[in-house]
Amino acid sequence: MTLILLIAIPLIGGILSWLSARIHPRAPFWISLTALSADLVLAISIWTNRLPTLISDRLQGQWIIDFRHAWIPQLGIGIHLALDGLSLILVTLTAFIGIVAVVSSWSEIRERIGFFHVNLMFIIAGILGVFLSLDLFLFYFFWELMLVPMYFLISIWGHENRVYASMKFFIFTQAGGLLMLVSILGLYFIHGRSTGIYTFDYLQLLGTALSTQEGLWLMAGFAVAFAVKLPAVPFHTWLADAHTEAPTAGSIILAGLLLKTGAYGFLRFVLPLFPEASSIIALPAMIVGTVSILYGAALAFAQTDFKRMIAYTSVSHMGFVLLGIFAMNELALQGAVMQIVAHGISTGMLFFIAGALQERIHTRDMSIMGGMWSTAPRMGAVALLFAAASLGLPGMGNFVGEFLVLLGSWQANAVTTVIAGTGLIGATAYAVWMMHTTFFSVAKSEWKFPDFSVREMAVAAVMIAAIVATGLYPQPVLDASADSMHRLQKIIQGAQYPADRADQKAASAVTEGNR
Amino acid sequence: MISNDFIALLPLIVMASASVGVMLGIAASRSHGFTASLALFSIYLAILSLVIAYSEVPRQVTPLIVIDKFAILYMALILLSGAAVIILSFGYLSKHYVACEEYYLLLLLAMLGSMVLVCSSHFASFFLGLELLSISLYALIAYPKSRIKHVEAGMKYLVLAAVSSAFLLFGMALIYADSGAMTLSVIASKASHDAGYTLPFIAGLTLMIVGIGFKLALVPFHMWTPDVYEGAPPPVAAFIATVSKGAIFAILLRYFTQTDFLKSDSLFLVFAFITFVSMIAGNILALFQNNIKRVLAYSSIAHMGYLLVAFLSGGAFSAQVVTFYLVTYFVTTFGAFGVITLLSDNERDADDIDDYRGMSSRRPFLAAVFTAMLFSLAGIPLTAGFIGKFYLITAGASSGLWVLVVTLALSSVIGLFYYLRIIFSLYARPVPEQPFPMRGISLAGGMLLAVLLMLLLWIGVYPAPLMDGIRLMIGVGG
Repeated sequence: MTLILLIAIPLIGGILSWLSARIHPRAPFWISLTALSADLVLAISIWTNRLPTLISDRLQGQWIIDFRHAWIPQLGIGIHLALDGLSLILVTLTAFIGIVAVVSSWSEIRERIGFFHVNLMFIIAGILGVFLSLDLFLFYFFWELMLVPMYFLISIWGHENRVYASMKFFIFTQAGGLLMLVSILGLYFIHGRSTGIYTFDYLQLLGTALSTQEGLWLMAGFAVAFAVKLPAVPFHTWLADAHTEAPTAGSIILAGLLLKTGAYGFLRFVLPLFPEASSIIALPAMIVGTVSILYGAALAFAQTDFKRMIAYTSVSHMGFVLLGIFAMNELALQGAVMQIVAHGISTGMLFFIAGALQERIHTRDMSIMGGMWSTAPRMGAVALLFAAASLGLPGMGNFVGEFLVLLGSWQANAVTTVIAGTGLIGATAYAVWMMHTTFFSVAKSEWKFPDFSVREMAVAAVMIAAIVATGLYPQPVLDASADSMHRLQKIIQGAQYPADRADQKAASAVTEGNR
Repeated sequence: MISNDFIALLPLIVMASASVGVMLGIAASRSHGFTASLALFSIYLAILSLVIAYSEVPRQVTPLIVIDKFAILYMALILLSGAAVIILSFGYLSKHYVACEEYYLLLLLAMLGSMVLVCSSHFASFFLGLELLSISLYALIAYPKSRIKHVEAGMKYLVLAAVSSAFLLFGMALIYADSGAMTLSVIASKASHDAGYTLPFIAGLTLMIVGIGFKLALVPFHMWTPDVYEGAPPPVAAFIATVSKGAIFAILLRYFTQTDFLKSDSLFLVFAFITFVSMIAGNILALFQNNIKRVLAYSSIAHMGYLLVAFLSGGAFSAQVVTFYLVTYFVTTFGAFGVITLLSDNERDADDIDDYRGMSSRRPFLAAVFTAMLFSLAGIPLTAGFIGKFYLITAGASSGLWVLVVTLALSSVIGLFYYLRIIFSLYARPVPEQPFPMRGISLAGGMLLAVLLMLLLWIGVYPAPLMDGIRLMIGVGG
């Protein structure tokens, strides 16, 4: 029930805030904030209540909470939600970043506030659903559900070029999604034919016997959808436009959460469902990851638009996630999860700063900025800190993530790892460059604008606490994801060394029995 | 004939006598409200008679008509759609200053024609039903005769539909000459084996496919659709999009999904080709339209293509899927045309995309309904269209029609462009000088839209009951 509640709270909160806009223009803001806070409290309560037992007893089964209910029994579709360590981390991140996004909209959104909040909350509900669904149809349902409100968010409250950006975003992700749907159905029928059970249930589809050919094709459908979301080069072109043109809250959600659904998809679906095919494409995927890291960094360095620059850093950072996922060992997988969390926080905050700047000086053009430190020292300090996080300075979460990924991928493929490692230099270059052209260097004009307000400083303080905490003491995140990543790695191993498969099956049968 | 036959035929009898009744009513006194309510009441009676007829199914009444669960289901769909058209038309016609009573008479006749069509089991009844439908439609399209556009569309439809009927008739004649059979099931089973083909039979079959392709507006027989949709009064356009196409689909389903139609490679290839080009051409052509009715026309071409994907997968499952999708498509189409109807007035129809600019702030309810309907057409979750499209792809995938399934997926991405464009203009900032006068919408129309919206969401969220219902009516094994 908790899981239903997690998704239902933002949905209901969204509708309430829509209706409440008639009463008072500030009401939607507070309702959304309350709803998301409730979600965050719920997620944290799962951490405190359930997680210790999970870590202490690994045989207990993967799922901390498992919820099933019939939905469309004719087609073998059920409402199957479940939460393991990985989902829990991402759900918590979603609620957290969601709150930041809501707070960022306080002064930026002045038109149709109620409608804005309902869209925001529906995106968050969709994302939560994606992180919790264990029924492929339900997963696809939520996957698609988060698109439409995001489209509205960009196309109504976006900046100058919003129509183009929102269309591009929608079409890219929708095309990926439909190909994934075809793959889901392919899997559904192959499983149904071989076993006689037609079902979309993830746990049952797991371990469907596929020929290499079938596995590769089906995986391709999933992989394209997730690679678009991630985004991996060459599917990244929608990202810069969407991030740049979206309102601040939209950018924060996009970078902080929406991209993570792609990474989550790889971890939850591509690798476990198609271990063999994944092993086959592991090296190419690692290369794509490396290319994304370097290409994203290079593009980021070349930008003059503040938000566009941050957008390209996302491509670079998510390249590490892809690299880590397809290195396919526990260390790298853990690193990928860590990177997901850290990138969500750091990039979310950078977009928050970018939004705050645009609100004040009405431009994102870095070429006319410069020397703003003296006008807005608080803002500058926060920006400096998150630029440092973005370049992977030890002590912040990003460092832990990138370090683990590189450590793990070294074992898988040293050459790509070395090349990917140079991405850190690129990151340093763009992060320092960004700080230099905006807050340092010579002032190009007399800047007169207010520094961060109390509201903004509160967000900054929480975000700083989060990024530093994950950097200095990442253990809770690693503990939570350890079990899921361990299992994932075992599945892949089973596929890589088919001789062990029988043992694996036996072992998993024991686990099943213990459930 | 025995009395049970009459019970089975009751829905058709009710509709036929209702037409006569409405005609006499008009002769007695001209009253728009009275005629419309009489028409609605007779639809209500016909629906009741469906319940009575249900006890007699399945029953073959003469070689011409078969009343079975399938026919009952489709007749119910037609009757409900007809009721929706009447509700929409009432408000629309009230804004016109013409004598509008005969409109309902024609509508009832068109419905009767479609009902005969879905029950037909013989060339004669098939053609009879089709002509009854078509001829009523000629007049319906051109009904608001004060406007040249409607008359033009009516003429276009008349000429092209008459030609296609001629094709159909000639095809029937050839097939009859070859096989000596006029019973549809015999012909369908003969058509599904390549081996039995003779030259006249092939020629006849081809001509019939042309005729049917025209009625369903499939590429390359689709030319008339945008003009007629644009020219026809919006409720009539909705009727053409739903009832007239749905009835033809019912016939195809009944006779081709039962026989193992996939076995005939050549017939399959022809349909697969039509499906393929319909999906692609419909979606691409819709991109270039600024007139919403034309957009809907081209999108309907694409949707007929989607439907054919499921149809081609064959078997009882495909019949269920197609029927399910038709239901969602009916709901969606009535919703979309309903919004257009309510916004139109006696000057002109609200069919330019600019008429909808900024509608969300002035007419939030209509904008919300229209958005939901467009999302459903695009196949976005929470709407019926999503489940429907998913179901279609499932059917296609179950028979391994991967090329068509992937085409469906990718071409519907193209479709997103034009749906989103309309939606975007709904939520764009309104232009200061509003070109279109906004009038109050009729209560009945508003309620109809609310009901359709609820249906749309209900099917989109919890489709299990509808699927069960359809499975019950179109049982396993066909």
